[in-house]
Amino acid sequence: MTALLEVEDLRVAYGKIQAVKGISFTVEEGEVVTLIGTNGAGKTTTLRTLSGLLKPVSGQIRFEGKSLRKIPAHKIVSLGLAHSPEGRHIFPRMSIEDNLLLGAFLRSDKAGIDKDVQRAYDLFPILGERRKQAAGTLSGGEQQMLAMGRALMSQPKLLMLDEPSMGLSPIMMQKIMATIAELKSQGTTILLVEQNAQAALALADHGHVMEIGKVVLSGTGQDLLHDESVRKAYLGED
Amino acid sequence: MNELPQQLVNGLLLGSMYGLVAIGYTMVYGIVQLINFAHGEIFMIGGFGALSVYLLLPGGTTLWIALPLMLIGAIIVAVLVAVAAERFAYRPLRGGPRLAPLITAIGLSLALQQAVWAWYPEAKSSRTFPEIPGGPFHLGSVTIQTGDIFLVIAAPISMLILGYFVMRTRTGRGMQATAQDPDTAKLMGINTDRIIVVAFALGAAFAAIGAVAYGLKYGEVQFRMGFLLGLKAFTAAVLGGIGNIYGAMIGGLVLGVAETMASAYVNHVPGMEQLGGQSWANAWAFVLLILVLLFRPQGLLGERVADRA
Repeated sequence: MTALLEVEDLRVAYGKIQAVKGISFTVEEGEVVTLIGTNGAGKTTTLRTLSGLLKPVSGQIRFEGKSLRKIPAHKIVSLGLAHSPEGRHIFPRMSIEDNLLLGAFLRSDKAGIDKDVQRAYDLFPILGERRKQAAGTLSGGEQQMLAMGRALMSQPKLLMLDEPSMGLSPIMMQKIMATIAELKSQGTTILLVEQNAQAALALADHGHVMEIGKVVLSGTGQDLLHDESVRKAYLGED
Repeated sequence: MNELPQQLVNGLLLGSMYGLVAIGYTMVYGIVQLINFAHGEIFMIGGFGALSVYLLLPGGTTLWIALPLMLIGAIIVAVLVAVAAERFAYRPLRGGPRLAPLITAIGLSLALQQAVWAWYPEAKSSRTFPEIPGGPFHLGSVTIQTGDIFLVIAAPISMLILGYFVMRTRTGRGMQATAQDPDTAKLMGINTDRIIVVAFALGAAFAAIGAVAYGLKYGEVQFRMGFLLGLKAFTAAVLGGIGNIYGAMIGGLVLGVAETMASAYVNHVPGMEQLGGQSWANAWAFVLLILVLLFRPQGLLGERVADRA
């Protein structure tokens, strides 16, 4: 059986500068895979390439066995790949509810959409309380909840989360991580990019450590969490 | 006799025509951050489209039958030219330096003007536009000229349709999303290239409605009519807050009223006797623009929502 997502020798460049220099990894259905690493390691570039916002120089991306290389960004979500981008990027001048509905832009099953909006409100009650409020007025953590809720609205087969804990207070960060754990327990397949390696590895089935465009270390979440070099470099121990 | 209500109505009528054209500037700017300086010519071409339909109809067709057909013709011609301009002039330059599409827009504006001048029969001077038969309407002390009746009806209906489209339809919400964050809009599955085409087409359709209103109001169309009116409509869009669709209409109304009031009353101010009348109307319109840019650069309805990263 092939993996849900297969990335093979992927290279991405901004002009002449290569940001991703030939990485390979897979995501199996039902698992949480995390890419960790410092700023500039190429994690965000990788996700933006998977969702079609950037075009690779070379390499293969296969989703359910189908190559994504020639598919424009706006068609990729319909294949079942949802992307909650770094920096949240909610639509600030639209209401929370309209933001969620945009996540279901390609769906036409009214009843199912309503049900999923309700599910997002169950997952994040604060969004339900403020459904008519402009999304730009939310706090950073609430915007992160909205971005995740919005990504879930497309009923993705693979949910890609880019730095969901970035810039959040410790309490809010815990809340977001707990939500990711909850989604995992419900069977959602997740590709998680994080700078907070500790939290990400604790959740992940598999992890890949990226450094300046390359995967330098791979293993199960637990292995990496206890790996000497990872602890030194990313978990702030010496 | 108090002529203030009359001047106010004149200003609102003129302003609603500005507003109809301003929508095209503001919508395209809101989505691709391009000032489409050829939009005035799209308006002009709409006017000639309407005239052409009229000339093709058998003589003696009553205007009540001709007018809807002229309106449809105007919209079709304007939309076709605008969509072609987007496809062949602007899209190839997308992602390039911001100055390139702007210069292209100015070039396109001149090219369209000259094309009509050169190839439309007898377009080297102005061409007469059909008139709505019948006398003016009187409402109390206010008179509405027959040529303005179309505007009284068409402008509010157009605005309601536009508001409904943008706020309530799926494509409308896709437009809002694309205007606020194009990359993220793509992640939602929105075909942003298509949304841009829709913005150009809608703007052109409203400009064409404005052009029919212009023809009926002034009784003529000419190849240069898009220049000054385009500038005014652009002013209205900036005045209202460029990118904001309601702002375009409000900006148009404010500009129309301000311009009309200034030409009616400025010469009553001691020391400014020379500065009133129709000949100064344009000057006052642009004075208003300069004042807004100085004191409220985001425009009347322009908003600064905290877009937290």
